[in-house]
Amino acid sequence: MNTIVCVKRVPDSATRVKVSSVGVGIDPAGVKFVLNPYDEFALEEAIRRVEADGGGTVTVISVGPPATAEALRQALAMGADEAVLLRCEGSHDGLAVARALAAEIRGREFDLILFGKQAIDDDNMQVPQMVAELLDVPCATVVVGLEISGGKAVAQREVEGGHEVVEFTLPAVVSAQKGLNEPRYPNLKGIMAAKKKPLEEKDVTLAPSTLEFVSLEEPPAPAAGRIIGTGAEAVPDLVAALREEAKVL
Amino acid sequence: MPDVLAYAEIRDGVAGKPAREVVTAAREMADSVGGAVHVLVVGPPGTEMAAAGLGEFGADRILVGEREDLALYQPGVSSEIVSRVTQEGDYAAVLFPATARGKDLAPRVAVRVARPLATDVIGFDVSEDEISVRRPMYAGKAIATLRFTASPALLTLRANVCPPQRRDGAGSVERIDVGSAQPRTRVTAFEAGDRDQLDVAEATIIVSGGRGLQNAENWNLLEDLVSALGDEATLGASRAVVDAGWRPHSEQVGQTGKTVSPNLYFAVGISGAIQHLAGMRTAKVIVAINRDADAPIFGVADYGVVGDLFEIVPRLTEEIRRIRQEA
Repeated sequence: MNTIVCVKRVPDSATRVKVSSVGVGIDPAGVKFVLNPYDEFALEEAIRRVEADGGGTVTVISVGPPATAEALRQALAMGADEAVLLRCEGSHDGLAVARALAAEIRGREFDLILFGKQAIDDDNMQVPQMVAELLDVPCATVVVGLEISGGKAVAQREVEGGHEVVEFTLPAVVSAQKGLNEPRYPNLKGIMAAKKKPLEEKDVTLAPSTLEFVSLEEPPAPAAGRIIGTGAEAVPDLVAALREEAKVL
Repeated sequence: MPDVLAYAEIRDGVAGKPAREVVTAAREMADSVGGAVHVLVVGPPGTEMAAAGLGEFGADRILVGEREDLALYQPGVSSEIVSRVTQEGDYAAVLFPATARGKDLAPRVAVRVARPLATDVIGFDVSEDEISVRRPMYAGKAIATLRFTASPALLTLRANVCPPQRRDGAGSVERIDVGSAQPRTRVTAFEAGDRDQLDVAEATIIVSGGRGLQNAENWNLLEDLVSALGDEATLGASRAVVDAGWRPHSEQVGQTGKTVSPNLYFAVGISGAIQHLAGMRTAKVIVAINRDADAPIFGVADYGVVGDLFEIVPRLTEEIRRIRQEA
């Protein structure tokens, strides 16, 4: 089975976000960048599928700045076979990113394209579905279970209060939710092997967007709260405050 | 005058809170641009009955498509219908709820109508003929403002941002053609989770527990509190307890879980890791109950009680039951 995994380099979730002085992005000083956590589930799924099949390839593709190459090396160390970096500044507009990915994927042979369900930087949660529409293939999102046999797939997709069972034929796009599998850690052998695997870099220009990024702000600092008291004796005062002051009970 | 289109979600035969909120938001937008609110509803036969009530929330025209297999969400069918209606009208904006369905559907429509999409919107501003929206990034550690320079503006609206508002008036109901094409992606079943509880992203009151609960069995304390708080309340969890296997990932609040904006958030035995704070800081009122007076959660809480949660929570449940009975 030939799989393509689309990944993104993002600030680690422990990052304290500071808006840059120009107010359109974050200040990257001191920020640790990692492979998007949800992409690890996508990658693990692709690697397992190919291993189980005993044939085929895992190709990782990313749209992003030159430093994205580190995240792609990490994907190669986990077990992907080759990587492609579509070098550009990236975009807040998911449609622009999806078009660049679809253009790269068109003409490639694939059975399955996997994504993390969303990137934890812009939290757009739209590129997987968009790529599927652009390539005109079926798509299941936020998937926590996936069975494939004979070119047919059954996915469990997380929704409010339970799961939807989604059936489709390959080739298709699947976006992975936490719980789909347990991603492996790259081992030393994988890290060494990754250095020799092909990583192609090429410059791309994203289509202009009709969604303008105006500004990025830090959320207002929380208003100073107050400690109502200590222990169970404070409960009547807490309930009174919630009813009479905050009016939420 | 351009109009505003809202995709209203029918779940279990009911146009519930997500539908009402998105129609309320569409009404607010339409009043700013001077146009009408069109509401699009698809579902199985009988959907018209559920949809007709949306006139009370500001729908002028209610477009209803019924088809047997639409008892379940069918992404291919829904995206085809919504895209067609979008292209046939003159819309300033098309709104979807930021539900599991809305989040799956809106990007598909965006490609078909070739317009960008802003997801998980928490505020909007309509002036002249421009629409700007505010949306969280980095799970809420930063808020972006985006401006649409072409119409229609496509957006998904986060729960609890536009509380439903009733008004006078009843919309006209019209049937639309839903075709009979068989989609290639088929939703064949819905499997209900173990517990019949409100999703954490949709509840107006959340009771979240952390490691301070000590083990999974102690969750009965929080379940009691949720049941005392009523139908609008549900359980949440910190990442630590989800990773420990005490609670399902669907309840996780924070950067690798759900970002929530309820009216009232109880953080019980949660110290307040940065990933958790990002996911719940937009709650309107935050109550922290923790043994450690220096826990970071008190830095974002409106009200705090320091002490042993095993004494405080049962007392709180009792007190809330008492005032609910009096009411």
